[in-house]
Amino acid sequence: MTTLQPPAAAEPRQAPPPARRDRRSWAGWGFIGPFVAVFALVFLAPIGYSIYLSLFRDQLIGGNHFVGLDNYTQALKDDAFWAAVGRVALFLVVQVPIMLGIALLVALALDSGRLYGKSFFRITIFLPYAVPAVVATLMWGFMYGTKYGLVGDINSAFGVSLPDLLSPGWVLASIGNIVTWEFVGYNMLIFYSALRVIPTSLYEAAEIDGAGQWRIISSIKLPAIRGAVVIATIFSIIGSFQLFNEPSILRPLALNSITTDYTPNFYTYSLSFNGQQHNYSATVAIIMGVITMVVAYAVQLRGMRKGA
Amino acid sequence: MRRSTSRVLRGLALLSTLALGATACGSSDDSSDTKAVSAGDIQSALKKGGSITVWAWEPTLKSVAADFEKKYPKVKINLVSERSGDKHYTALSNAISAGKGVPDVAQVEYFALGQYSLTKGLTDLAPYGAEKLASKFTPGPWNAVSEGDKVYGLPMDSGPMALFYNKKVFDKYKIAVPTTWDEYLDAARKLHKADPKAYIANDLGDAGFTTSMLWQAGSRPYKVDGTKVAINFDDAGAKKFETVWQKLIDEKLLAPVSGWTDDWYKGLGDGTIATLATGAWMPANFETGVPNAKGDWRAAAMPAWTKGDKASAENGGSSLALPALGKNKELSYAFVEYANAGDGVATRVSEGAFPATVAELQDTAFKNKEFPYFGGQKANEIFAESAANVADDWSYLPFQPYANSIFNDTVGKAYVSSTKLADGLKAWQEASVKYGEEQGFTIEK
Repeated sequence: MTTLQPPAAAEPRQAPPPARRDRRSWAGWGFIGPFVAVFALVFLAPIGYSIYLSLFRDQLIGGNHFVGLDNYTQALKDDAFWAAVGRVALFLVVQVPIMLGIALLVALALDSGRLYGKSFFRITIFLPYAVPAVVATLMWGFMYGTKYGLVGDINSAFGVSLPDLLSPGWVLASIGNIVTWEFVGYNMLIFYSALRVIPTSLYEAAEIDGAGQWRIISSIKLPAIRGAVVIATIFSIIGSFQLFNEPSILRPLALNSITTDYTPNFYTYSLSFNGQQHNYSATVAIIMGVITMVVAYAVQLRGMRKGA
Repeated sequence: MRRSTSRVLRGLALLSTLALGATACGSSDDSSDTKAVSAGDIQSALKKGGSITVWAWEPTLKSVAADFEKKYPKVKINLVSERSGDKHYTALSNAISAGKGVPDVAQVEYFALGQYSLTKGLTDLAPYGAEKLASKFTPGPWNAVSEGDKVYGLPMDSGPMALFYNKKVFDKYKIAVPTTWDEYLDAARKLHKADPKAYIANDLGDAGFTTSMLWQAGSRPYKVDGTKVAINFDDAGAKKFETVWQKLIDEKLLAPVSGWTDDWYKGLGDGTIATLATGAWMPANFETGVPNAKGDWRAAAMPAWTKGDKASAENGGSSLALPALGKNKELSYAFVEYANAGDGVATRVSEGAFPATVAELQDTAFKNKEFPYFGGQKANEIFAESAANVADDWSYLPFQPYANSIFNDTVGKAYVSSTKLADGLKAWQEASVKYGEEQGFTIEK
């Protein structure tokens, strides 16, 4: 694109002459000012306040006092916290690949053009994502029930004894099932929309070269949507580390299986609201935030390096 | 495009994970005034009028508040009754630590009083004349609200324990009503054998129930002396409870149903949960929650741990207290006294509350009241006798609400895995000790 005569009002994309840089950067600040203000208020301030809180300890006896990094050393030695981190890490390495695998499979199937009723499948697979997590969890919770739930009905109808899906050994898998059900559609949509933007001319060229469908998938489609896969993976990692809704809603149905420190987020919640340990809760939240950041960043670096 | 995506993602990852920080507010110390308040002060406050806010979920208080307003037309009572249990305490604690929106009167269950009185969250009612009311109340509840010469609330109701049993089920399978816990165990086996769908009781681990059972068995796990606390579940009383209850768990004789759930009401109604050991405040809940089983149920004295022993315990029960940061103290106290030691008691009893006052408990009309729900049984006789046999040397932890919140993390394991009840209690003890130490209590070991 060539512009013979630039209009009087400078186009934003063109490099500004050095002399005008100062004024321009102020104008830029003017534009992002409102955002920065909101950003500082709703993000930076709470984070700063959490860090501030994490340096104190407010006790029932003895009141509030500065403890430096004591809360951090305590958290790093806290078995309950690390058990919770281990639990979500296990959840992450098992549930996320399964969920993304299914989502990818479905997206590829939809994109293949060989499916009848494509839009029907697309909407039904996406539908669970539209169900609020609370409703979804309760619904599954009632199905899992061995006494009055679906599992109980199957047991009594066929005289079998299925395992109690809400028992300590099974409940993490049961939560994984709920989360997978909820988010396959969402991830499918990310993958599917990435697949839709691949120019069809590539497929035509591949066909002329004699490539089969599998070859097209592995050589064109998957590399083309790598970015989307990395995004979905990072969202899923964050989601796993922040696991809270499902265990906390399921807890009344599985009181003895889901402890109040089941996931890091649930632990911070319990510390704050049951134990009034706001300071320690803030500390745990910050440590968990850092862990999530590091893991998400590592995955992103790796994913993007391959893609480049 | 790709680079900016990555930057956005990095930002997102950072922000969404860091934004977890819970907010809290520093607690403000408040000096409670200790000067005596004369009856005249209270009378003049009533004449002057004003409005007070009451946070309480006890249903009978509605009529009491209406009566009080009628008697003192210048007084307005805002009764906030939506919250109960944990939510109530969370809201109350938050209001107290924020120093804003604190109610003038709050319902506080006996097990939670310690936490608030210790942190100076409650007004000492002794200067208002509360200590003169000691003889009006039964010893258990009075012991729960008073500490030395301080009084942190007036007992509103009490929960002397009784064994409610489904007579229809017991008659059907010709099982005798157990008078000891060993007989109870036998009855549980017999019942479950006769009908595999039926259980003697439901239990999935309930802190309030377990502590009451320990109380009855003579265990005194908590010793509290100001900020000095000892926690020990390793005593003879606890052993008695563990032995019987472990068998009930191991032989799968307890319905895996939590209290106050739909399944629970269903089980109480259809005979699959045959007994319920709980506080004397239960009848009103039976009538509203399990209307279809009217006539099936009866009340009996709690089974004894050793034959002939009459020891009973309290389960539940609450007081009305005045948060230190509340306003209109004289007016608030006048209302609390009216509701819990004055004319309000009769109103509340007539609506099904179980009183904590001696006069009502010994009243012949009260004792002779026939409960149509229990087939015309004079159940109050049993409850009153239980109330008289409650050992009054029990104490809860000053941080019992927190301890209860982690009960299922620890003791709960015994109900769903191979962990033994005794080990579960030990784990609960350790977790409670840990919290106590973190909160600055001196834990004696």
